[in-house]
Amino acid sequence: MREELVEEELFAPGHRACAGCGATLAVRLALKALGKNVIVANATGCVEVISTPYPETAWRVPWIHAAFENAAAVASGVEAALKSLGRRGVKVVAIAGDGGTADIGLQALSGAVERGHDFIYICYDNEAYMNTGIQRSSATPFGAWTTTTPVGRVKRGKDRPKKDVPAIIAAHGAPYVATASVAYPIDLIKKLRKAAATEGPTYIHIHCPCPPGWRFDSDKMIEVARLAVLSGAWILYEIKNGRLNVTIKPPKRRPVSDYLKMQGRFKHLTDAEIAEIQRTVDERCRHLGVG
Amino acid sequence: MVARVMSGNEVVAYGVKLSRAEIVPSYPITPQTTIVEQIAEFIANGEMRAELMRVESEYAAMGACIGASLMGARTFTATSSQGLAFMHELTHWAAGSRLPIVMAVVNRAMAPPWNIWADQQDVLSQRDTGWLSLFCETNQEVLDTCIQAFRISEDREVLLPVMFSLDGFMLSHTSEPVELPKQGDVDGFLPESRRPPLLDVDHPTTLFNVPVPEQYMEFRHWIEKSMDAARRVIPKADREFKRRFGRGYRGMLEPYWLEGAEVALLTAGSVCGTVRDVVESLRKRGEKVGMIKLRSFRPFPSEELRRACEGLRVLGVADRACSFGMGGIIFSDVSAALQPLNVRVLGFIAGLGGRDITHRDIWRMFKRCIRAIEVTPARAIEWFV
Repeated sequence: MREELVEEELFAPGHRACAGCGATLAVRLALKALGKNVIVANATGCVEVISTPYPETAWRVPWIHAAFENAAAVASGVEAALKSLGRRGVKVVAIAGDGGTADIGLQALSGAVERGHDFIYICYDNEAYMNTGIQRSSATPFGAWTTTTPVGRVKRGKDRPKKDVPAIIAAHGAPYVATASVAYPIDLIKKLRKAAATEGPTYIHIHCPCPPGWRFDSDKMIEVARLAVLSGAWILYEIKNGRLNVTIKPPKRRPVSDYLKMQGRFKHLTDAEIAEIQRTVDERCRHLGVG
Repeated sequence: MVARVMSGNEVVAYGVKLSRAEIVPSYPITPQTTIVEQIAEFIANGEMRAELMRVESEYAAMGACIGASLMGARTFTATSSQGLAFMHELTHWAAGSRLPIVMAVVNRAMAPPWNIWADQQDVLSQRDTGWLSLFCETNQEVLDTCIQAFRISEDREVLLPVMFSLDGFMLSHTSEPVELPKQGDVDGFLPESRRPPLLDVDHPTTLFNVPVPEQYMEFRHWIEKSMDAARRVIPKADREFKRRFGRGYRGMLEPYWLEGAEVALLTAGSVCGTVRDVVESLRKRGEKVGMIKLRSFRPFPSEELRRACEGLRVLGVADRACSFGMGGIIFSDVSAALQPLNVRVLGFIAGLGGRDITHRDIWRMFKRCIRAIEVTPARAIEWFV
């Protein structure tokens, strides 16, 4: 696997991301997996802003930014034109954060998947609007502090569960849907390659810890990402033609508190609240067969 | 040349087919819908080779237009009213991206109250997006403007998107005889689009990144310079069209019976036909009146307008829209353009939400204007409610 990866960085260093940024690592790995025959349509967000200060760019593949809610729609136009003009061998890739995917871009994503365009949609999920300064999105997990779900005397962080976008896209009948984590790069790369080899709409949802947004030290990014998987708070699976397969099964699940306690955004949680989150995680793990 | 009796929307579809559009993303909205239905028929019958993208919203329609046009494909869409308003963020984006997208706007009122009839509030509210905006008076002009729009838009001096307007129902669903040019002749006027793709894996570029304030303004200034170029390109395309097909529309505006006129009425769209009638009857009675038909709203033909108005004392402007708190949208632009001249400008707001603008209404507008030669009117703007 390692030998097959291109050494060349298609997402170049020198960009403006924070130290320990999970999202940019996800993009870097994704481009290594996909190679240079891709056209990227990027939604507004952290990755867009930190990678393209004019006239510089971190992108060594053709790249376009066309508004926030629009990555899937633009990608679908690019794909339709490639087909119509008879150009083959190029894969269109839409990239958006969790806000651009689960909230403002969900309709465009749903439309493009339903129409069956041949493209890969990558969601880098850092679980809040990080570019605008840590506001809650529908992908923010239950209990998390954000600047719009502050912890006060009567409110205690986000009071709703995380929206399950991979399940929504799987329900469209997309031929390949997978979750991934920056802590499991081989798993991530394999999944992107499977998506690239699949004809039709594919969806990869990557869990990307954000040190400033989740409130932990930047050298702990991979550790936080790994604990999410080891605790079952984030489950790595793929759904191929409707069949679900968990790709990384932790031998013995760690308590979810190990994951939560590393992050300042959960520091207000009481033991009872953590127990409640543990119950939800257990239930979901049972449901997906993680054990 | 074949003449056929066709509705305005059918005519648009024929215009798009003759222009060999390759990608057509669209979303249904009354009164636009029959345009894309007709295009779907053409494609289904093998008469047109294009990809009709049945997207999930007008927003996505413009998003897909941007993606397809970036790849060099000739791209068309059509919408009305709420649909156009829904696209608004991306109409800015399409122009800022310098993409030659062509869009038919079948003019319809904005809600609330809900109303599907003719009104130009929708298209005039797109004024500041950087699109060229053209108006049509007849179904024949709709066809000819559609074909011209692609040529103007793709001109290297312009490279801006073009929207052209036809009044909902009054043109879109009204049948008129229209001469259809031969495909070969249109191909001569509008050669196949050969724009290279802007996104190319062999030559990767980064498009629409983040310039700082010291860099941003130049991009906007280039749009304005291209609008200036369009002031030359629009009449040139129209002249060339006339040379090949025998029909022309006087470029950006048409002066009608201004010889010796003291008073004229300026307006845009299908109502021009009614104004022509009234001008004719008033002339027969010896009144010195004429009409100015505005064909290009953006770029606004300030210079041409000043030339046309040189002998006038009063110019009335009939708007089928309103900038609330100011008056007619076209009226404001006309007033600004005529500022160096000693011409009194009166504004009339009429025909909103599909209300008829009758001969009698036009007659009254002319009477107000004629009276204003001698007596300063109490109000410069009048609502014909």
